[in-house]
Amino acid sequence: MEWTDDAIILGTRRHGETSAIVEAMTATRGRHMGLVRGGRSRKMQPTLQPGNSVHLTWRARLDGHLGNFQVEGLELRAAALMETPIGIHGVQTLAALLRLLPERDPHPNLYAALQVVLEHMDDAGLAAALLVRFELEMLNELGVGLDLSACAATGVTHDLIWVSPKSGRAVSREAGAPYADKLLPLPAFLHRLHGTNEPASASLEELSDAFRLTGFFLDRHVYGPRELPWPTSREAFVTAMKRALAP
Amino acid sequence: MSSRKVAGPEIETLIQLLAKLPGLGPRSARRAALHLIQKKDQLFAPLTRAMEVALEEVRVCSTCGNIDTSDPCTICADPRRDGTTIVVVEDVSDLWALERAQAINARYHVLGGTLSPLDGVTPEDLKIADLVERVRAGGVVEVILAVNATVEGQTTAHYVTDQLAGLDVKVSRLAHGVPVGGELDYLDEGTLAQALRARTPF
Repeated sequence: MEWTDDAIILGTRRHGETSAIVEAMTATRGRHMGLVRGGRSRKMQPTLQPGNSVHLTWRARLDGHLGNFQVEGLELRAAALMETPIGIHGVQTLAALLRLLPERDPHPNLYAALQVVLEHMDDAGLAAALLVRFELEMLNELGVGLDLSACAATGVTHDLIWVSPKSGRAVSREAGAPYADKLLPLPAFLHRLHGTNEPASASLEELSDAFRLTGFFLDRHVYGPRELPWPTSREAFVTAMKRALAP
Repeated sequence: MSSRKVAGPEIETLIQLLAKLPGLGPRSARRAALHLIQKKDQLFAPLTRAMEVALEEVRVCSTCGNIDTSDPCTICADPRRDGTTIVVVEDVSDLWALERAQAINARYHVLGGTLSPLDGVTPEDLKIADLVERVRAGGVVEVILAVNATVEGQTTAHYVTDQLAGLDVKVSRLAHGVPVGGELDYLDEGTLAQALRARTPF
């Protein structure tokens, strides 16, 4: 068995004294693991850092085997990511989210989104907005996506300022007014961007609301039922974002 | 086909245990065992005694996490050490490496690893809270984060920095850049970019 694909490194685990088991998000084959012989060498370690784009060749005798990766670095952005709290916690949060996916399950949209978020980690506001969108896409790919296109009660597509915690659907200002204390705020930038490719930008308050929104549904539909610990990197990212964007 | 035993169970056990040591495989463990047996009086007996003493005496320093035969360890108990500076390292091997370099006369704090989601290492598994307590106790002016220049190492460094925020202490970290003997042609672009950003007057 053999294939080649572009991928982004998510993490590495030591294997013996010289090798490493590498976890990568591939462009067309989803999250995939493989053994890199000599992966702990001085030459290979910089390439195998999370966030780096690489070209992978996977070889194994049988499809179900772990297999061996041959890795060639394409864009080594890990050093730049390490420079800022946003970058370092951002890449760890993205990796933690992608670990929610089953192995070897293709998610080309998430791969493309991952690449975009990593490329904008130098801009705290943009990185945060893109990370929230990534979380929304994660919820979609996990089959528990939010419907932010129209009001769940009236069907209107404007003035949507809430999300129902029960249905995960948007609610308009008028329809949601009587239940305001029970609804989650829907930041305008998320609704504005729904289904478009406009560049994301938002205020700190909107971003905080957005992380609360996606965090609520990730906890309810994913982390809670699976009894998984909440990733500490996400909290650290939100803290770093607040610090970076504070007036 | 199972491998044929060439010695009694005592020697086979010795070989199997030696093979678990870093750098030794079954073949080299067999050679080491044979060497020990052949040098029974000069090497095997003193090594056995040294290992017994070490097993009995070795302990982890309750202050810094270093390994020594006394608690507090030799470094923590040394009054000539600069107690106002704490160098934070991932592991005891890193502490030993810094001591070999003799570049700083400070005290240390061994975290016991790095945050690693893949290996399930969380902040509670590391001695970060102990470090914060040491700093909070007073007398510390600077904390130097001497962790590896890996994503996991730097994640830990940022986390420690967050935990120390609000305390009256300067937090610094090791420089990243071109290693001695390193050829620019062979360095990754990230390291080169960092080295350029951190350039110094010459």
